[in-house]
Amino acid sequence: MDYSAPPITNTPPPATGSVSGKAVRPGDRIFLGLSRGSGIALLVIMAAIGAFLTYRSVLAISGDKANFFTTLDWNAAGLEPKFGIAVLAFGTVVSSVVAMLIAVPVAVGIALFISHYAPRKLASPLGYVIDLLAAVPSIVYGLWGALFLVPHLGGLYSWLNDYLGWTGIFSYSNGAARSLFTVGILLAIMILPIVTSVSREVFLQVPKMHEEAALALGATRWEVIRMSVLPFGRSGVISASMLGLGRALGETMAVATVLSPSFLIGSSLLDPGGGTFAQNIASKFSEADTFGQNALIASGLVLFVITLLVNGAARLIIARRKEYSGAAA
Amino acid sequence: MSVTTSHRHRRVAESRSAVSLQQARLPRWTPPVLALVAVGAGCGIGLGAGLDSTIQWGLIAALVFIFGTYALTAAVEGARQAKDRLATSMVWIAFLLAVVPLASLLWETVARGSKVLDGYFLSHSMGTLPDAMPGGGIYHAIIGTLEQVGLATLIAAPIGLLTAIYLVEYGRGKLARVVTFFVDVMTGIPSIVAGLFILSVWILILGFGPSGFAGSMALAILMMPVVVRSTEEMLKLVPNELREASLALGVPKWRTILKVVLPTSIGGITTGVMLAIARITGETAPVLLLVWGAKTINNNPFEGAQQSLPLYVFQQWQQGSDASYDRAWAAALVLIAFVMILNLVARGIARWKAPKH
Repeated sequence: MDYSAPPITNTPPPATGSVSGKAVRPGDRIFLGLSRGSGIALLVIMAAIGAFLTYRSVLAISGDKANFFTTLDWNAAGLEPKFGIAVLAFGTVVSSVVAMLIAVPVAVGIALFISHYAPRKLASPLGYVIDLLAAVPSIVYGLWGALFLVPHLGGLYSWLNDYLGWTGIFSYSNGAARSLFTVGILLAIMILPIVTSVSREVFLQVPKMHEEAALALGATRWEVIRMSVLPFGRSGVISASMLGLGRALGETMAVATVLSPSFLIGSSLLDPGGGTFAQNIASKFSEADTFGQNALIASGLVLFVITLLVNGAARLIIARRKEYSGAAA
Repeated sequence: MSVTTSHRHRRVAESRSAVSLQQARLPRWTPPVLALVAVGAGCGIGLGAGLDSTIQWGLIAALVFIFGTYALTAAVEGARQAKDRLATSMVWIAFLLAVVPLASLLWETVARGSKVLDGYFLSHSMGTLPDAMPGGGIYHAIIGTLEQVGLATLIAAPIGLLTAIYLVEYGRGKLARVVTFFVDVMTGIPSIVAGLFILSVWILILGFGPSGFAGSMALAILMMPVVVRSTEEMLKLVPNELREASLALGVPKWRTILKVVLPTSIGGITTGVMLAIARITGETAPVLLLVWGAKTINNNPFEGAQQSLPLYVFQQWQQGSDASYDRAWAAALVLIAFVMILNLVARGIARWKAPKH
């Protein structure tokens, strides 16, 4: 059996790419059909996501014996299911806001550091490392947060309690630091790389002319940044923050590992308790029956709508910036 | 030559400035010395007041540095310069503030993960090992991750590629605009929502059980928009002259795309797909809902629960014993290494295949 030498035939290979002048070649038609079909498939998937989530949510909410939006409880099992998203909405918003308050100034600082302050030789490797860090899986952040960050925050929290405990927001009663505030800090660390790398891109696009004009007027480096870099980059930073916010809102595993959940809205951010949409889904899922899963899907739909709104706003801002920078270029 | 002239220029400038023109300035070594003083003060106050958290020491040092620099510069150089220095020190501190946790994350994972990571760990599953016992491994999780990610790529890469081709090469009019918009929307879907969607269709309505394939479908949903975006960017970089030259020779459009446009941009496209793979490899939430996690080896992604690396990390963390924490760190290390290598290779390809002029 020797297949190494195929039999030689005299028939020429079939002519491909004929030079005929037909209106539409079949190859073109097939290819256009395939690629257009893929685009349509994508739309169908999106529509299906919305439709199926809504369908299951309607099943769940119609069986809910309490108000879905205001109830401070999640009890979807039994004959009298009572569940509501109030605690989840509160926890999601609070932890994301804390994350944004910490991450955005720091990210802008790092982006400025890379684009304007760091020694030239350091700048491009740094940008590279930041991009790499954006790829670290969220579960690793979660593991690190639960086993390293939480034990190290207790001291800081009792310090905050000593000096700011009277505000109520920062009161802390010496438990494990598995609170919404810790979640916020961890989320801030997680979204730092993405916010930084987008902001850095924008800062690097600032026209050199603007900066040189400011320098020529005798501005210090900070004045250059304030007068030419920040105004140019403002909308870029806003949209980068919104992208980060979108991630923080939907983050599941890092929250599920760090937070010690409860269905109460407490005034203190440092004490354990609270919950977020994604965390609640992940931790309640394994013990839920079909109705319980419907209820979780309903809360997922709310999360979906919120992230859509945030992302939509970010896209709008980016689109406006495109026009602006196009005019400037 | 240019070096010597610039040198001379500087010397001239310096001698001039020595005469008048320039106001008083702090010597160049001020910031590093101040930084040292601040660190010393942070440690001193921290030790003296008995603060047990090193985070507080760092914060104190940062505050001392910021105010020290500001006060000193304001006294010597004036208010504008002081503001400039304030901004500089804030930027540096922001940078350090971010480096510390990120470096700690990598360091902890490597240090704690290398404890149980060896050939045995990589080549064995958990089997019937009790959770609190040391031993066991991640072979079943590696198999699961490779199969799930592979299937997701098989679904998402062709659809994503073709969609990008449609948007760049054919896309005019309403449909293209709508698709572009929804690709953007899709980028923002939280991973758990993608998981819930497959859960409601595949498991709750169609009645299938958990399987690796169910997880792959959710991962594919997360992967598609990333592939579309990056491929689109790459296709747009292909110069129009190449397309026109090919079309002018009478080559059909589809062959132009296959033989001219795609080969030109293949490096960038590969990079984009690999980065997308790296992204979905670390996704836990949809796998948790759809694949459930098994302790034994399941080579068939279409039937029965499977394991995956991120889910393994989560479940070992949940067990809460020292042995399972060790396993969680080791698996996390393997996961990070895998994702980082994918990233590095992808960026290497991008650089290697980058259009040369």
